[in-house]
This record gives sequence, C-alpha cells and structure tokens, in this order.
Amino acid sequence: MSHQRTQITVDGNEAAARIAHKLSEVIAIYPITPSSPMAEHADAWSAAGKTNLWGAVPEIIEMQSEAGAAGALHGALLAGALCSTFTASQGLLLMIPNMYKIAGELVPAVMHVAARTVATHALSIFGDHSDVMGVRQTGWAMLASSSVQAAQDLAVVAHAATLEARVPFLHFFDGFRTSHEVNVIEAVDDEVLRRMVSDDLVRAHRERALTPDRPVLRGSAQNPDVFFQAREAVNPFYDLVPDVVQLTMDRFAELTGRRYHLFDYTGAPDADRVVVLMGSAVGAVQETVRTLLAGGEKVGVLEVRLFRPFSAPAFVSSLPATVKAVAVLDRTKEPGAPGEPLYQDVVTALAEQAAAGRLAEMPRVIGGRYGLSSKEFNPAMAKAVFDELARPQPKNHFTIGIYDDVTHTSLSWDRSFTTESDDVVRALFFGLGADGTVSANKSSVKIIGEGTNLFAQGYFVYDSKKSGSMTTSHLRFGPRPIESSYLIERANFVACHQFNFLERLDVLAAAERGATFLLNSPYGPEEVWDHLPIETQRAIVEKELRFYVIDAQRIADEVGLGTRINTILQTCFFALAGVLDREEAIARIKHAIEKSYGKRGQAVLEMNYAAVDRALAELHEVPVPADARSRLHMVPPVPDDAPEFVKNVTAKMIAGQGDLLPVSAFPPGGVFPTGTSKWEKRSIAHEIPIWDPSICIDCAKCALVCPHAAIRMKVYEPAQAEGAPGSFKHKEWRDRERPGMWMTIQVAPDDCTGCGVCVDVCPAKSKEVVKHKSIDMLPKLEHLEEERQNWAFFQTIPPVDRRQVKLASIKGSQMLEPLFEFSGACAGCGETPYLKLLSQMFGDRILIANATGCSSIYGGNLPTTPWTVDANGRGPAWANSLFEDNAEFGLGMRLALDHQVAFAREQLAKLAPEVGQDLADAILGAEQEDEPQLFEQRERVAELRRRLEALDSPAARNLLPIVDALVRKSVWIVGGDGWAYDIGYGGLDHVLATGRNVNVLVLDTQVYSNTGGQASKATPRGAVAKFAAAGKPVGRKDLGMIAASYGNVYVAQIALGADNAQTVKALAEAESWDGPSLVIAYSTCIEHGIDMSTSMTHQAEAARSGFWPLYRYDPRKAIEGAHPLQLDSPRPSLPIREFQAKEARFAMLARSRPEEAAELQALAQADAEERWRFYEQLAGVERHVPGRPEHDGADPAEGEA
Amino acid sequence: MSADLRTRYLGLELRNPVVPSASTLSSRIDNLKRMQDAGAAAIVMQSLFEEQIEHEQIEIHRVLEHATESFPEALSFFPELEDYNTGPDAYLRHLEQTKRELEVPVIGSLNGTSRGGWVRYARLIQDAGADALELNVYVVASDPEVTSADVEAQYLDLVSAVRASVSIPLAVKIGPFFSSMANMARRLVEAGADGLVLFNRFYQPDIDLETLEVDPTLHLSSSEECLLPLRWIAILRGRVQASLAATTGVHRWEDAVKLILAGADVTMMASALFRNGPEHVASVLAGIERWLDEREYASVEQAKGSVSQANVADPMAYARSNYMQMIVSYTSPYDWRQSPAEPRA
Repeated sequence: MSHQRTQITVDGNEAAARIAHKLSEVIAIYPITPSSPMAEHADAWSAAGKTNLWGAVPEIIEMQSEAGAAGALHGALLAGALCSTFTASQGLLLMIPNMYKIAGELVPAVMHVAARTVATHALSIFGDHSDVMGVRQTGWAMLASSSVQAAQDLAVVAHAATLEARVPFLHFFDGFRTSHEVNVIEAVDDEVLRRMVSDDLVRAHRERALTPDRPVLRGSAQNPDVFFQAREAVNPFYDLVPDVVQLTMDRFAELTGRRYHLFDYTGAPDADRVVVLMGSAVGAVQETVRTLLAGGEKVGVLEVRLFRPFSAPAFVSSLPATVKAVAVLDRTKEPGAPGEPLYQDVVTALAEQAAAGRLAEMPRVIGGRYGLSSKEFNPAMAKAVFDELARPQPKNHFTIGIYDDVTHTSLSWDRSFTTESDDVVRALFFGLGADGTVSANKSSVKIIGEGTNLFAQGYFVYDSKKSGSMTTSHLRFGPRPIESSYLIERANFVACHQFNFLERLDVLAAAERGATFLLNSPYGPEEVWDHLPIETQRAIVEKELRFYVIDAQRIADEVGLGTRINTILQTCFFALAGVLDREEAIARIKHAIEKSYGKRGQAVLEMNYAAVDRALAELHEVPVPADARSRLHMVPPVPDDAPEFVKNVTAKMIAGQGDLLPVSAFPPGGVFPTGTSKWEKRSIAHEIPIWDPSICIDCAKCALVCPHAAIRMKVYEPAQAEGAPGSFKHKEWRDRERPGMWMTIQVAPDDCTGCGVCVDVCPAKSKEVVKHKSIDMLPKLEHLEEERQNWAFFQTIPPVDRRQVKLASIKGSQMLEPLFEFSGACAGCGETPYLKLLSQMFGDRILIANATGCSSIYGGNLPTTPWTVDANGRGPAWANSLFEDNAEFGLGMRLALDHQVAFAREQLAKLAPEVGQDLADAILGAEQEDEPQLFEQRERVAELRRRLEALDSPAARNLLPIVDALVRKSVWIVGGDGWAYDIGYGGLDHVLATGRNVNVLVLDTQVYSNTGGQASKATPRGAVAKFAAAGKPVGRKDLGMIAASYGNVYVAQIALGADNAQTVKALAEAESWDGPSLVIAYSTCIEHGIDMSTSMTHQAEAARSGFWPLYRYDPRKAIEGAHPLQLDSPRPSLPIREFQAKEARFAMLARSRPEEAAELQALAQADAEERWRFYEQLAGVERHVPGRPEHDGADPAEGEA
Repeated sequence: MSADLRTRYLGLELRNPVVPSASTLSSRIDNLKRMQDAGAAAIVMQSLFEEQIEHEQIEIHRVLEHATESFPEALSFFPELEDYNTGPDAYLRHLEQTKRELEVPVIGSLNGTSRGGWVRYARLIQDAGADALELNVYVVASDPEVTSADVEAQYLDLVSAVRASVSIPLAVKIGPFFSSMANMARRLVEAGADGLVLFNRFYQPDIDLETLEVDPTLHLSSSEECLLPLRWIAILRGRVQASLAATTGVHRWEDAVKLILAGADVTMMASALFRNGPEHVASVLAGIERWLDEREYASVEQAKGSVSQANVADPMAYARSNYMQMIVSYTSPYDWRQSPAEPRA
C-alpha cells in the first residue's frame, strides 16, 4: 500500500484539536474529562507560538467554568473572531444558555465534544451520548465522528460548513473510545484547509462583527408581538445545512479522497436488516456486517454523521429500499421518553417519508440502548442486535451489553462470535500506572504507525485509583486501517508487567491458543514456574503458550530508571511479537526515546538506551512443564468475613468483573454502603513503616499526617493487650492524667501505600544511629506476615472513649478512630490527612457535601469508599452533587437539618407531657459543645426514641424519623481550589453570605488536580501549570481575606505540615462557630513536582517563607472585643526562592524561561512580603461582627465620634 | 614609571595577574562586566557541574513522568514545555554571551564525573568560544578498596582524554591532598595540562545540632588560607613546565604579591569578591602596582618566582612542617610571635 500522504499517529482529541487550533482565532477553554487534552494541546501550541491558518497565534483563555467559556466564546464571536471551544458532559450542559443564544443569532462557531456521560445516579467520566443529546434542542448542527480519522476530518467539515451555513456546529466523538484511542490517520495539511475554508466567508463573518464603526444592536428583548415570527426567521438557514454539509464533505473528498455523507451506509445493497447508530460503535457493527455478509446474510449498517439538522430525505434515501427491519442504537438513556432520541428521529423520519409516499413500505423499527459510560460494545453484541431483528417479534427498547434481570430489557449475546482477522497482531499489556506501560505502548503504536506500512491502534483502560492503579493496554497492528472499536478479547500476545498481578487477576483470560506470554518476573526462567499460581500454570499449559520472563525491575534499578520499566518491556515486546525486524525495532525504539526524552537531557537518554540494550540480553524463554502442579492459588478479591454486599457486588468490581454483574445487583438511585475500602486489600507498598517503641516520644505525628490512615495510634488499658501476638509492640503512654496506659503505633500493612510521609515527620531519632527513627520504612515482604497479625489484633482493641479525649489536640485527635481510611488517593496525598482528621474529630455527626474533584474520586469512586463507620454504626454521610454547586448543595443540607431541628423541638415541646417533661426539658435545654455533652444528648435522644416508639400517636410518629436531628450535626462542604476559587466561587460566596452554620474546607492544591494540573485562581505566581505553561503571571486570589471581609465568617488558613496544632485548633473552632466557616488547607500534591514523602516538610517551608501564612480569623474574638485576626505562623524567615527551588512547578520555569522566572520570583517575594505586611496590620485591627450585638466593653471608636 | 603588570597564563597574554576564579558571581553578565571594568585580566566562568546537570535532568524527568498515564482524568500533570535547560545549554549560551560581551579572555570551567562527560562537555565549552578550559577535578576517594595510585591514574586518564579532545589551553584545578604533590603536578603536566590551579575548595559537610542532619556548607575563605597554595607554587615554580595559578585565600593585595613572588602566573579570587564586590579587583591591582612601584620592580615578570623555593637562600623553609619549625625555634633566635602557625591576636 502506498503512503505518500502524511500519516500521523494521534488520538481523537489531538486529531480534532489540531484542526480547531488551525482554524480559530479565539479559543475559550475549561478543563473537563475527557476533553481536557484538546484544550491542553491548543494551549501548549499557542504558548509555543504555533500559528493558525492565517499566520496568527490563537488566543487561548481559560475561564472559571464552561459557562464562562461559552460566554467568552459568545462575545468573541459577536466581535468577529473565529472561535472554538472543547468540552464534555456537565461542561456542555453549562454551555446550554449560550448555545441557544449563539445559534439563535446565527453565528458560526464550532465546539468539539468528547462525548461523556452526564452524571445521574453517579458521576461517570466515560463515554456516551447523554451530554450531546442533552443539547440537541439548542439549534447547533451536530456532526458525529466514529473514528480518530473522522474526528480530524469532520472537524474540518464543521469549521468549513459553519461559515457557510451560519449555524454553529457541535462536532462530537466518543469520550475515551475515540478521544483517547491512538490510531494512524492521514493528516490534513494546510493546503487542504485553505481550500476548505473560504476566505470570502471568513471575511463575511468578520464584517458581521459588532463595531462602533457600523453599530447594531444584538440580543434585544422581544415581546409577544414579534418574538415568534423573528424566531422562525432562521428556518431557511437550517433548511440549507444538510446541503451545505454534504457539499463541504464532497469538497473534502475531492481534496483528500476521503468521502463522507450525512448518512453512510455499509452492507448489502439488498439488505433486509439494518442497524442505525452513530459514534465509535459503528466500527464494531461494520466489522460484524462484513462477517455476516460473508455468511450470506442480508444486513447493513447506517452511520449517522449529521445528526442535527436531521435530514429525513437523506436518511431514507441512504437506506436500501429492501429493508424490512431497522434497529436504532442509542448511546444514551432518556427515562420516560417513548424512545431514545435517535430512535425517535428515525421513527419520525420513516413515518413522515412513508406518509409522503417517498417510502414504499414502513419497515419495522426497534430501538435499543448500548454502551452507557463506555460500556463495551463489540461485534458479538452487534450480531445479537441483527439476530434480534430477524426474530418475528423483536424486542423493542432493549439493552445490549448488560444483563437486565429486573425489567428484562437486555438481549443476550454469543461471546464466542468474533470478527478479528488472523493477520492482525493483538497485544494485551497489564501494567501499573507508575511503571510506564501505557507510555511505552503509545510509543510502540507510534513506532509502527509512523515507521512502517502497518496500521496501528492503541486503547488504554485505566482503573480509578490514583495510587497503585492498574492499566490495561489494547494494541492492534495490521495491514489495513484498524476500525475495531472494542477491547481485545482474543490476544496473541499478553504481557504482564507486574508479577503480583498474577495472584489477583486472570491476565491470561484473553490469551489465544499458542499466544506469547511475557512476564516481568523477579524469578529467572529456571525458577519462575514454581512461583506461579496454579491458575496461571494451567492457562499456560492448556493454551500452549510460549512463555518468556525478564527481570525488568532489576534492570530498571540498575540503570537508574526506578519503577519505570517501560522501555525494557517495550523492547521485549518488539523482540517477541515479530512485528518488526529486531535490529530495526531497536533502532526505532531508540529513535523514539530520543524524540520523547531528548529535550530532557543526555542523562535521561542514556539511562533508557541502557535499558533497551540490557532488555534483549536478559529476556529468557521458560521451558513449560507438561502439567500444572502449583500449590499457590489466586487470592480471592475480598476475605470471607466481608459483608454480603461486599462479597457479592464489590468483590466482582475489585476483581475486574463488574461487567458481569446484573442490574439487580445494584441499589437503584445510586446508594452505596460506606466502610468498604477496608475490604480491598491492595498491598501496593514495597516498604512499610515499622515502629520502634523504645525511642518513640508519643507525639502522634505519624498517625496525624498519614494520608491513608494506614498508621494508627491507640491508647488502652494494659489488660486489653492480653492475647496479643508476640510481635505486637507497645509502650507506656506518658500522660499524667491517664497514668498506666499503654500505647501502640500500628501499621495496616496491606493498606499502606509506602509513601513515607510518617517517617519524614517522625522527630524521634535514635541517640546511637540518627538515621534510625521511631518509625523506619522497611521492606514489606520481611514484615508482612507479622504486621498482618499485629494489625488484626490492633483492631480488636476497643477505641478510646471519646468523652475522655481532648479533641482539639494532636494526641487527642489521634487517639480517635479515623472514619476515612485507605483511600485510593495518590501515595503521600496532601489532601487526605485533613479529611481523616475531620473524620476523627467530628466523623460521627457530619454530613459532607463534596465538590467533584480529587476528593470526590478518592472519596466516592467505586468499587470501594474510604468513608466508614464507628462501632456504633455512625460515620460521615457523604454526597457529591456537581463541581460547580457544592456550596449550595451543602447549604441545602444545612437548611434541611435546621428545619428538622426546629420541627423536632416544636414537636417535642408538644409531646413533653407524654414523653416526660424532664426528658424533654433536658433535651431541649442541652448544651452540645463537647463530647461528654454530645454523649449525654445521644443517650437522652435514645431514651426519647424508646418512649416515642411506645406512644404510637401521630405526633410521635412524626417526630420519630427526625428525632436524631436533636443531636447536633455539622455540615462540611469540601472541595478543591478549582471549585472554591473558580467554578463554585459565586455559590461559595453566596453561601458564606447567608450567615448559616456551614463549614467549608478547601483542599487547596493550587491547581485543578483531578484533571491533571490546570491553573486555577489559586495557582501562585511563577508556577508552571497547564494553561499557564509560561508560568502564572499573576498572584493567587486571597480567598480567605475575601471571606473575612464579611466579618461574621470564621476563616482559617492552615497547613498541617507547618503547624499541626493550629490545624487541629482551626478545625475545632470552625466547627464550633455558629455561623459560616471557611478553612483553606494547603494541600501538597504531585502536581507541585515534589518528592511526596517530604510533603509535610514542603508545607512547613511554605509557611516559613511567607508563601502560605497561617492565620485564623475568629468572629468570636471580635464579639469579645479582641482582635479577630490572629497570625499563627512566625514572620517569614526563608526567601521565597529557596522554597520555590525545591518544587518543580517553579523550578521548571527557571529552566525553560530563566528571565521570566527570575522576574516572577522577585514579584512572588514582593507578594509574600506585602501580604505579610497587610496581615500584620489587619491583625492589629478591632472590628465588629455585622449584625451582632456589640460587645460589652467600650467601643474604641465611640470616643472619637 | 609604573611597573608592567602583564603576565602570561596558559599561553594567554593577560594585562595583569588578577583573575576572578570560578564562582557563581560569573553567572551574571553585569558582575562580569564590573570585574572587567575593575581590571580583571581574565574571567574563569563558574563551573559546569556534570553531576548537577545529570541529577537535574533525571530529577525533572522523574517528576514529569511521575504518576503519568495512570489515571484516566489526568494522563499528565505538567504542560509539556518546548525547551528545558536541564542540560548544559544555559551554561553554554551564557558562555557565548560572556565571550561576546567581554574583551578579556574567558576561561570555561568544568567539573565532571564521567570520562565521557568530561570529554563531551569540554568540547562543548571549547565550541562555545572559551579561550581556555579549567578542569575542576575533585573526587572524595571514600572507598577503602581504591588506592592512591588508582585515584592518581584516574586524574591522569581524565586529563589526557580531555587534552586529546580539545585544542584550547587546559588548566587543571586540583586539591592539595596528594601524598606526593610535586610528582602529581609533574604527571598532570605530562598528561597534557598547560597549567595548574592550586587549589580548589569544596563543600564540606557540617552537622546541624538542631536537626542532627548533615548539611553541606561552603564558607568563604580567609586570607590565611593562601599560605597553602603559596608553599606549593613556590615549590613547583621551575619544576614543572606549566602555568601556575594561585587560588584560595587571595583576599588582599599583599596575598597576591606574595603568591607572585612565590611564582604564580596569576592569582585568582572569589571569596574576596563576594565580600567586597567585583570592584575589589581594582584595589588589589592598585596595591600590587604600588608595591612593585615602591620597590622599583619593572614588571610582574621580574618579581614572579623571585621567592620561589629555587630562588631562596633556605629552600628547606618551604619543605619544613610545623614540627620542624618548632625545633628550629629552639635552636636559633626565632621570634615565635611571628609564627604563622599561631592565631594572630
């Protein structure tokens, strides 16, 4: 085959973004998965000075939300710019109001959408059409791309057609499946673009711009007399869109040879059964059609490309006249509708055309849902749909791809059906995020895609954990373009890059007979066999696999690559897969290494070259015995003593078999039990902290800072240690108030991530050998069995009585049980210690409203949640609404609680004679300030409940469901800086201004952490972040002082690593303030570019340099007549540059733009000094809390009046 | 008539014998210009540290790769920058700019760790326009298995490798800790060194009594420290066919004059410039000139080496240890209050 044209290997996001950047002047952006990479590419290209088709660098502006991006887009469009944006899911919905406006005004624009599930019973970042279907009514034309190639090509069509049609275009492709699939495509060059985009039309657009030189008015307010008619005035433009698009597609075909139609039909010209759908699943159906045609069946598939405006004539004329039955597949769910949107359109189109006599016979039409949230859709499923169509009474409104045992919508499918052809190399790789497997596979796809005549495809499946996460790479290489838009189920090459996966995961399930199996193994070819579980041995023997091992980790260690074993295993893949000649493969790998890492420096290159060279020498084939006799077995996903739900449902998800769960397994409405993370023993650490009680000083810092609640402290009566295993350690607890108690620091060895933060903060050093601390990180394998036993025993020691603990102290708080444990957050996460502490202090009586972001992912992503319960079954009640509305969401919780309290009190007062006046008075008059008081109130309420239950009166029955409201609850509104400073700021401000008793905890990492480090308004001056690649030029917003300006808001700025006690105190004060509180917590993050084991040290330096001053603003102090603002960190003593030098986010700028870096550093120093000066002055100011009675003391202002 | 201050160093004709040695002062062009304006005869650029470059490359790479491609919402965490100066590029560009903007000779300085690194970076420094190259060689031979002969061989191997790869003059800056310094000096010259720079100072570990952590420190030198190079320059003058540069402890004009008298072709200073600013060069020069004039020396060349070991009446004075001096002080009328071995009041 010839490849004269330029081939590039890109994913769908990059394919579309290249076109958008070339054909835009203003691009307004906001990060949202899975569209963020489009915005990141565009931003990076503009930052690097890359120009558009007209030789100018497009303006890229990050906004505070998608609503903001749409607004900016709207303004730029009216002012005459060519504009684009990128978004998905909720972000697209936030654009709706402006989408109506832009379309109503007939302004040409393009947005590219990586279509993603809209959150309903749960959030999902994955792909389906629920977002784009949610905007189909706005008047935007909608073009659907089903492949990476189309994502590029139809992007061109969209940008060209919009100018002619004057209708804005939404171009979409499936999130992840297309947006993140890497494939080989033919690039569109500038010459094609020039011929596609008419200069006349560009000029016409510019001439329509708002300008005072030719002033017009837009956006008038219209009345009943004219709005309707004026609205209908757009009709001619919509009528023309299908023709404009088809002509644009035809022009594109002339220039590139790639032909597209509004509806593209593939299949038998005389088909009787046709499937209609759009998006990536088209590839799977087309493969199925080809296979069925070969078997003599009369089938076809009709791909919808222009969904809106829907051209009924074009649709009908694209269908074979012979068609008898049509199945319409929708990748969305519209509950309550007579059918999903595409189905309805098809039915309407067919009915109308039939009625108009343009259709000989109305075929039977059925509709079905598939692929929600990237649910797999493969040829076997497509075949099931064709089979269903052949039935005399096919099921309508079916589902395919799941097992619906509740309303029985699902079709079953034959899993053995395949369309994969023999000349395609299909390779599956199981790796860890940290080991670089995906990077290596992306590189391999590029090597083959760009260096050979073969076509290549890479698709990558990630799990939802941020630490120790597993990745699965699905790679195909073959002689024809690869349109297989589904996962590999029959692999002829399987690589397992982590030996310990074998005990938990059936990595060979998809291996075909005779496939090659490559294992990264610490055991050599002679000994590895005896270390395999029996299940793996059986698969190797029965499937007659060729089995190879390499000790990639050892090589990586020796050449300095650490955990990144990617280039070693990539080399092995090429050596074994035979896609390329070995020598050529090595040369190409090295070339790819140079391309990827060249600018990172010679040292980096040489490390990787060395890895490549060593890989071949140390790759060994393993002689496979005739039978499997291992005594080792795979480990069950959860232990036997787990609760039923965990065993039946959670365990399946943990084992990667969630796809097999039927509908009935799930609680409708998205309710899940908490306390499940403890059942998911991930055991991902290589080293764990081991305690030496002989030098421990009882400071509890290790437990305090542990991001994963994997190291804990208990203080207990010596008698409770009876029956402890011999290895269980303790020491005397040094406390005058509680003499004779014992204390133990215990690690949960299978839950620790090995981050090392505890060891970094441990202040107790041995007098003899300073490197030995009271806790040291030691190899897990040497301590695992012992510590498992110790941990099991530790859990049997009852927790301390909360009444006896000083809550607002470090030691006190750490004696309490964390009700947030073992999250999947990044190892060393700077956010989670705050949440854990919060759960220790108030966890048994808090509701948490959690903004979407890192904390909602490690907090609420299935299969398991770290939020858990105490021995009484109480624990944080947690919910996530959206990204943008979290403060309002939490306020709603508060309003409900306040109402319940008021109602309950009223009812109780009425019922007092019946339940006992004393009890009622005691409950109604109770102080609930501290733990003993709360305990007593709980006891009283329990007694009240008993008495109410006995009463059986309507009033009693009214009170019963809300009786627990009489025990004080606290509402915590938790989110990151992206929420608090940007998208949710308006709501946050409003909620603080209501004066209601809510507590806001901002986990401030100073970037959008969850979506990969985009700048927020919390990003400091001089830091490099996405969308601020040249260093953030302006300083961060002072959210705390904005809130303090209200006067009645408790505000604290804290950093756990800088001042433990201040953090604990601030949380206690915030909670106890009967009004709004805002606590801004400095949260170290991998996006700071630091060694996360030193997370707390960085926090200390942030405070010491004045980069992050610690303070508390307490309105109570104002009421008492004292100064409400207290500065808690000492006067800055460390130059900002010394703080910055240790964080890559700043240091990178010094490397890439030294002059700007120096300038920004000087400004950052000035910022810090100015802020300190300002705060110092404020700390000396007395003020009154608005709306509060003045304090008793004389008002100093009075004398001056 | 004032004395002719010109001197030759590494074959370069210098206007006087005062040269700022390698330090971070040279990282800024304005500092360099101030030094030149104050009379500095040449500039030794701050060292390019191979170890630091590699460490930085690997660290930045590690940070940029950390946790990438693991989590579907965030496949990376930093923007991919077009250009990183983690390599020697920034140093080389700075060297090129220095060379463009200064009139005096510019000497590149290199501190390597690997043979390949030495040779590669030496060439790059030459290509960037340096008039000469100073190799700043220092290894802490902490491995008990490594003999002094091994260490010496390593030095010599390195010098000859670099010598073979560059054509500009080559100076070798070494520490004083060789069992046989004179022999080592000769072998270094035989291996290709055009000059010896005596001696380098290094970071020394210190213990923080608060944290019990070991911190590297670099204290500025004091004037007294010039006595070590003074001895060895005096001894080596005339014994090795190479330029000799004195560095460490050159603070005052008196230090410079003494070192010239001992045989130094140039005297190099850094600490004094940190303390007193680049303009301090001028006052040192003025002092040298005044001293020469007052004593009616015609030129630096005339004074150079006039008090070297070969040219003094008591050559043993340079070779004695303190112990010997104590014996001498008992056997001859020696004024102990002048003894340099004692702290001055």
